[in-house]
Amino acid sequence: MKRMVLLILLIAGAALLVGAGALPQVRSIELPPDNPMSQLKPGPGVEVVRADCVACHSTDYIVRQPRGDAKRWGAEVKKMISVYGAPVDEADAKVVVNYLATAYGPAEAKETKEKSSAKPGAKTP
Amino acid sequence: MSSNFMRTGISRRNFLALAGAAPAVASGGIFDAVRALAAEDPILEGRPLVKYPEKTDLILLTSRPPQLETPMKYFAQAITPNDAFYVRYHMFPPPTRVDLSAWKLKVGGNVDHPLEFTMDELRSKFTPARLVAVNQCSGNSRGYVEPRVNGGQWGNGAMGNAEWTGVRLQDLLDRAGAKPGSVDISFRGFDTPAAPTLHHFAKSLPMTEVADSPDIMVAYEMNGAPLPMLNGYPARLVVPGWYGTYWVKNLEEITVWDHEFESFWMQKTYRIPANHCECVPAGTALTRTVPINRMKVRSFIITPADGTRVKVGRPVALKGIAFDAGYGIADVEVSDNQGSTWQRAVLGRDLGPYSFREWSAPWTPPHRGSFTLSVRAVNRMGESQPFEANWNPAGYLRNVIEKIQVTAV
Ligand code: HEC
Repeated sequence: MKRMVLLILLIAGAALLVGAGALPQVRSIELPPDNPMSQLKPGPGVEVVRADCVACHSTDYIVRQPRGDAKRWGAEVKKMISVYGAPVDEADAKVVVNYLATAYGPAEAKETKEKSSAKPGAKTP
Repeated sequence: MSSNFMRTGISRRNFLALAGAAPAVASGGIFDAVRALAAEDPILEGRPLVKYPEKTDLILLTSRPPQLETPMKYFAQAITPNDAFYVRYHMFPPPTRVDLSAWKLKVGGNVDHPLEFTMDELRSKFTPARLVAVNQCSGNSRGYVEPRVNGGQWGNGAMGNAEWTGVRLQDLLDRAGAKPGSVDISFRGFDTPAAPTLHHFAKSLPMTEVADSPDIMVAYEMNGAPLPMLNGYPARLVVPGWYGTYWVKNLEEITVWDHEFESFWMQKTYRIPANHCECVPAGTALTRTVPINRMKVRSFIITPADGTRVKVGRPVALKGIAFDAGYGIADVEVSDNQGSTWQRAVLGRDLGPYSFREWSAPWTPPHRGSFTLSVRAVNRMGESQPFEANWNPAGYLRNVIEKIQVTAV
């Protein structure tokens, strides 16, 4: 009888342990590296963008944006500096805006637009 | 280097190390076998499908911080699986490790008894609340806004619907004893921005809203399982009917305020025009604004998918989802002629007013050619969706009537 009780206690104890093990106290994940498919296009000034614009976010943030002229990109760069405190001095900012307005400029936009409007079934917003 | 950074004494080198930045990244892991999305949709075109931890293949918007979009096929069912649920972080690094023996939810500020709860206490000391609710990013569908606007260029997949289980916010506040005259209540996650110039993510709700809504909760389960890390493990705020920006992830601090709570994330961004249409003329700037709040009515056709070929004379089951801010969907209608005439759809099971509502409508292509199929929903308040999209410079609140193109052969 005593042995029986002991056995039950042992089984109950084991079940408790298993139960506790089912709810892990520590959980962790590991994030993958930056998306290699969103690297900046080559062009004059690209090395400045690589140095100044990748600390807080991956380059997908830049290459996925709508195309824009110097005014539009200028506003983005200004926002990075004044709103988020990006460490970019005036000389660098000029180079960055110049690069963006060329590599991701409005000329590009026309091309993309023509391409997509020529496509049947393109999204009509 | 700007004086800003000099002042904080952080050199660019430290800053990069802090941010864990690697300017040029070698391809590896999840990107090796990546298939870029096909060209049907100009916004999704070229974006890779990637598998992040605890997630299935999702459409990558940005990798650092992670922003992952749910492919539309997952909305064929009202409930979005946890591993397919979209991800939106503002800053890097997001939390990647949680030790439950160290985590506590603090409730403090303008209260009689500041309290702390462990996960065990949240689960055992309160009657669990449970409801199904849509979480949709304020900027869902921003990519389709014309004229285009800057910001995350989402397609339509920055949304999901889940059953949430947790503790009612009102119950937490009752225990802590929120003092009379409290104005705002704020919510803060434990994700800390790497750069000292960035603003810690925190949002607030007016106390009046919280007093009126027993449905707001601190959720520790999503579809019956703990939250995925990237959806806010171990607990997130659930504000049914409100845009996702309020659903603070990786929650650790709730604070009651006797004055207006101030945060970059309330005062400087996530603002919408303070007028009836919540819109401004395309291309113009905001003047008077209020914080974004309740979701607008939306509906989508999920099957057939955009661009599908169908057979003349053969019936097709059009199916999809509709949702609003929690008044509930009253009707869904479809049109195959740009909205000249509409056909009423049959609504699916009612999972509660905050949930996706499935709908279906039979449609037989009457002749060969290309058809534009449109869908619109109306809620129990009589609110519906516009033919022409309303515009605001941040690209929030999109709820234009959605269209797909099918070809009958
Ligand atoms: C100090 C950190 C920091 C640096 C450095 C930085 N950014 Fe940003 N950037 C941000 C944050 C924060 C966001 C918004 C992130 C979010 O909400 O997902 C952002 C977003 C963006 C976006 C998306 C559109 C938008 O306005 O949200 C673009 C484009 C962008 N940054 C460009 C740049 C460029 C170009 C540079 C280099 C001049 C740069 N960033 C440097 C912090 C930074």
